[in-house]
Amino acid sequence: MGRYLIRRLLISVVTLIAISMIIYSILYLAPGDPLGGLATNPNVSAETRQRIRESWGLNDPLYIQYFKWAKAYFFDFDWGTSISSRVPVRDYVLGRVPVTIQILGTAYLLGVMIAIPVGVISALKQYSIFDQVATTFAFFGFSIPTFFSGLLLILLFSVQLGWLPFVYDSTVTGFWPNVKQSIMPITVLALFGSAQLTRFVRASMLEVINQDYIRTARAKGLREQVVVIAHIMRNAMIPVVTIIALQLPGIVGGAVITEQIFRVPGVGRALIDGILAKDVPVVMAITFGVATLVVFFNVVADILYAVLDPRIKYS
Amino acid sequence: MSHTETPAPAQEFKLAARMRPQRSLWGNAWRQFTHHKLAMFGLIVFSLFTVVAFTGPYIWPEEVNAPFAFNTGEGPSISHPMGTDSLGQDIFARILYGGRISISVGLVAAFVAITLGTLIGAVAGYFGGFLDSLLMRITDLFISLPQLPLLLLITFLFKDSFQNKSEEITGSRNFGVFFLIVLVIGLLAWMPTARLVRASFFSVKEKEFVEAARSIGANTSILMFRHILPNTLSPIIVAATLEVGAAIITESALSFLGLGFPSDVPTWGAMLLGANNYLQIYPHEAIFPGTLIFLTVLAINYVGDGLRDALDPRKTH
Repeated sequence: MGRYLIRRLLISVVTLIAISMIIYSILYLAPGDPLGGLATNPNVSAETRQRIRESWGLNDPLYIQYFKWAKAYFFDFDWGTSISSRVPVRDYVLGRVPVTIQILGTAYLLGVMIAIPVGVISALKQYSIFDQVATTFAFFGFSIPTFFSGLLLILLFSVQLGWLPFVYDSTVTGFWPNVKQSIMPITVLALFGSAQLTRFVRASMLEVINQDYIRTARAKGLREQVVVIAHIMRNAMIPVVTIIALQLPGIVGGAVITEQIFRVPGVGRALIDGILAKDVPVVMAITFGVATLVVFFNVVADILYAVLDPRIKYS
Repeated sequence: MSHTETPAPAQEFKLAARMRPQRSLWGNAWRQFTHHKLAMFGLIVFSLFTVVAFTGPYIWPEEVNAPFAFNTGEGPSISHPMGTDSLGQDIFARILYGGRISISVGLVAAFVAITLGTLIGAVAGYFGGFLDSLLMRITDLFISLPQLPLLLLITFLFKDSFQNKSEEITGSRNFGVFFLIVLVIGLLAWMPTARLVRASFFSVKEKEFVEAARSIGANTSILMFRHILPNTLSPIIVAATLEVGAAIITESALSFLGLGFPSDVPTWGAMLLGANNYLQIYPHEAIFPGTLIFLTVLAINYVGDGLRDALDPRKTH
């Protein structure tokens, strides 16, 4: 296990370095002058421009620029300064994280808490009314884009009923108002996440239900409850746990859109604002942050699988 | 509800088998598919939307970007079946236009992703060894990429140059955006297919019929694409179908975030973005394009589900 873990972690580090090179190259190869407004400003002389280029290291070849960036980014934790808001990117981005985690985390937990029981019951009572309703909901849930389900919720609860505010206000204090303004973004994300997971739980359960060892368990007279919990679910949940870990980064994508609809001042919104303002350091930091999450949860999923399933040999 | 496992009574089945002409494998799959009610519903809805969207402009020749009119935000009526938007433009005409874009983007992007995935998976699975491990490392790397942020970033950064280049070559700026979007979606979505195809190639290439084909002198490309590939098509077809729906959602999301097609191109996502500001007064402006995205993707997902059941060899009776 120890050797497997070390190898897995080494691969992740290499992957992350490769990803950072890819993102850096995309930004480097992108058309447009990194000097931005300075490049076309008539008050800046060609000489000054040349000097700025020199001091920003823009005349160096790509790999030198990358190494300089990587050293600052990974070793000095200096993520640069935001071009549009003139604050250190690290403070700016990390300041946005709590709101996103609060909403994303709640939505994800809620999604899992809905998906597992619904998926399990669907599979146990295959083709029943419950199964049919749950399947329909699941299909609706992952076919409806988050930007439309969000708008529908706003239409219903903010415009028609007037129960919930449709713009998220980060200056609001107090527990209840905060809950009220988080309900819709959380619902949108939870619906989306649980829809896919429900289908997966159901499929995984059905795979196990027909195994011989389940028949054996019943044949030796175990109570149904024990068969379901200790024999079926215990095996069916192994792939589910890994999918839960693997899906999380995908939900981050949903968060970008949800934060845009409800104007939640989180990381996703910072990304969109950063892209629109061509704020390269902010975009780089967030994109790479998401990449780190993806790679991290890939490792978590692999390790969980290895720990949970004794049939897997890690070597 | 997603399964239609209602085998005919044994006797009737035997009789029918004797009377009917021999069925092909694809014929069997099709028969299985037609029993899946929701999949048939999905196929009909999607075909209908496609036909209406592509023939629509001839039947409904209303201008898409009409100059500002005074009939803003009207509800559905005879002259405007879906009403008008906040600028007084006919929503139905815009829906038809957006439908053409959404469906084309979905189909072409899925085609790009599946072709790329199939090629990479086929080469990795057929040749194995070093080439396989190299290609699979690349696949792993692409799976670890932050999909949505990169998608937004690349479309934003390269849109202008693609527009200019496309204007030079084809005379249309929007074609450049279309090309960029399908390319980026395709480049970020081929990995699951590559893994599926590689796995199938690994098992199929050891089969006797491949050995037989090789022994009569079939060359590598004939072996790969004439003999092995057709036997790996089932999972590819299912993946391709589902990818069409995913690509439609991605394109709409790009437009909704204001990063897709330029604002004078009425895609369904862009229409939702526009409607976002008038939600309180013109809710129908959001409901029509949103419902169409939803229905189109739902239809495609049901078709995919039906195909999965129909093409699964474990489920044939």
